[in-house]
Amino acid sequence: MLNVSVNGKKQQFPKGACVADLINELSLEGKRFAVERNGEIVPKSSMASVPLADGDSVEVVIAVGGG
Amino acid sequence: MSETLTIAGKSYCSRLLVGTGKYRDFTETQRAVEASGAEIITVAIRRVNIGQDASQPSLLDVLPASRYTILPNTAGCFNAKEAVRTLRLARELLDGHALVKLEVLADESTLFPNMPETLAAAKELVADGFQVMVYCSDDPIQAQALEDVGCVAVMPLASLIGSGMGILNPWNLQIILDRVKVPVLVDAGIGTASDATIAMELGCDGVLMNTAIAKARDPVLMASAMKKAVEAGREAFLAGRMPRKVYQASASSPREGRIGT
Repeated sequence: MLNVSVNGKKQQFPKGACVADLINELSLEGKRFAVERNGEIVPKSSMASVPLADGDSVEVVIAVGGG
Repeated sequence: MSETLTIAGKSYCSRLLVGTGKYRDFTETQRAVEASGAEIITVAIRRVNIGQDASQPSLLDVLPASRYTILPNTAGCFNAKEAVRTLRLARELLDGHALVKLEVLADESTLFPNMPETLAAAKELVADGFQVMVYCSDDPIQAQALEDVGCVAVMPLASLIGSGMGILNPWNLQIILDRVKVPVLVDAGIGTASDATIAMELGCDGVLMNTAIAKARDPVLMASAMKKAVEAGREAFLAGRMPRKVYQASASSPREGRIGT
């Protein structure tokens, strides 16, 4: 298994998983979001081709109310 | 009025920009934004809650980018690096959208801007193709420096964020307005409608506010009041106020033809 930090929380993914697999577990269908893996933006177009690695740190963000 | 506010080459009819924080729920946010007439609305970028219910609406479902110009902000960032990182995520989230609000804070209790970090972030963002509207202190020298590095609008505070204390230093704002060529918008400190009017009467190009509307007893009604206040202030500015005559009264009615004379 791959240990990945998602928004600061430890999660496990099977070997061979990609960023798109991680996103699929977050119920974000139809929503606007953005993903960063180890400090680098992962464009939506390449989420399916960017593999997760053990020890990765991933941030997934949305827009919320703010000034 | 046909005259418009132009920021980074795009024209807007409304000179009131509103934030979307601190509302009770999305329905209230939506109704207040609607009543304000604002075309540009600010949003924050935050981590998604893991395990959230996908059937629940998100902010951008209620206030879609197809209808509003979404202005992602860097609220909560305390250095240039965090701010730049946040806005790169925002650009991805909004499909390449370049117009952003930069704010880099210095201090948790005053939320005063950290101007050296703000300037550093502005430089980096402009070089990366962002159109930067920047929250800043009401220091004319700093405002000019931000214009010089390519910010598309400078947004000095009127008083502390969320304080509702109104315009504490109109003279500094006036100096900024005299010196800066890009649009100048008052951002932060507006408490009630007259504050917004004063900002516009000074010649500001627009006003950005959040708490004054969201924390009014009736936010939707206050949003409507702010819309009118900004319009009234703008018209008064364009009309040109009469000169102040400190020691001399001037009767409005004719002196001639009074009875008994």
